[in-house]
Amino acid sequence: MSVTHFTPVASLLGGALIGLSAVLLMWATGRIAGVSGIAARLFPPYEDREFAGRLAFVAGLIAAPLVVRLVTGSLPEQTIAAGVPALIVAGLLTGFGSVWGSGCTSGHGVCGLSRLSVRSLVATATFMAAGMATVFVIRHWS
Amino acid sequence: MAILVQFAIGLVFGLGLIVSGMANPAKVLNFLDVGGIPAGTWDASLAFVMAGAVAVTFVGFNRVLKRARPFFAARFYVPTRTDIDPRIVAGPAIFGIGWGMAGFCPGPALTALGFGSASAFIFVATMCAGMVLARFIAHLPSLTRYATPADPLET
Repeated sequence: MSVTHFTPVASLLGGALIGLSAVLLMWATGRIAGVSGIAARLFPPYEDREFAGRLAFVAGLIAAPLVVRLVTGSLPEQTIAAGVPALIVAGLLTGFGSVWGSGCTSGHGVCGLSRLSVRSLVATATFMAAGMATVFVIRHWS
Repeated sequence: MAILVQFAIGLVFGLGLIVSGMANPAKVLNFLDVGGIPAGTWDASLAFVMAGAVAVTFVGFNRVLKRARPFFAARFYVPTRTDIDPRIVAGPAIFGIGWGMAGFCPGPALTALGFGSASAFIFVATMCAGMVLARFIAHLPSLTRYATPADPLET
């Protein structure tokens, strides 16, 4: 386990940027900034004609670290502790579960809670609890 | 123009993930690790990410949704469902397990691609497979009575 430092100011600021992005997307396209919904709809079946816009949003997500490196000359710390088998299983569960539950941290946690959606509150409480339980089992039951 | 704007909006989202620390799975896992509270390794930062994001979104949505229509679209696509069905619990429960295993949720995983790590590529590849599988199962005729309506972004 790698120790990380408590960063309330940077996290609050970064969170505000995420919120700003969600507000801008609603202003521009009238849609929820839910990353799982946006990413999942890059694959068939296609139900509307928003493919290019979704691809552009995802490209923006991927380009962010490149912009940071261009501006600051370095990338912030990123530690991925999970091994390949765990990454494969975790990816499958994350992809399947977020689509099955109609949203992830952004769609339910940020946009849904901001709309005072009961469904999103239930979803957010559930994935928080499941995430905490999983980390507890992995780190403290062995 | 609309495409370029959506790229910029995705970029702001990604910058937010990086600045906030959410693009670092170790930080996410240390937040989820409530068992680390006694040892002092718990990292409460993620709560501040959520607080900042929800505060801005709450105020911003209220203002934006007062407009007649979005800038580039004919109408708003705001989810309207209020029912608590099995999927709204089962899906997040499955997602939460994956999140706790690797420390990645979909947004940070995509942003991690830009860091160039092989681990992120593996995670995103199987995440996309999981997404396609979930949509395929939800669209099976025998399951459509459990499936959500085809309305876009039915959060």
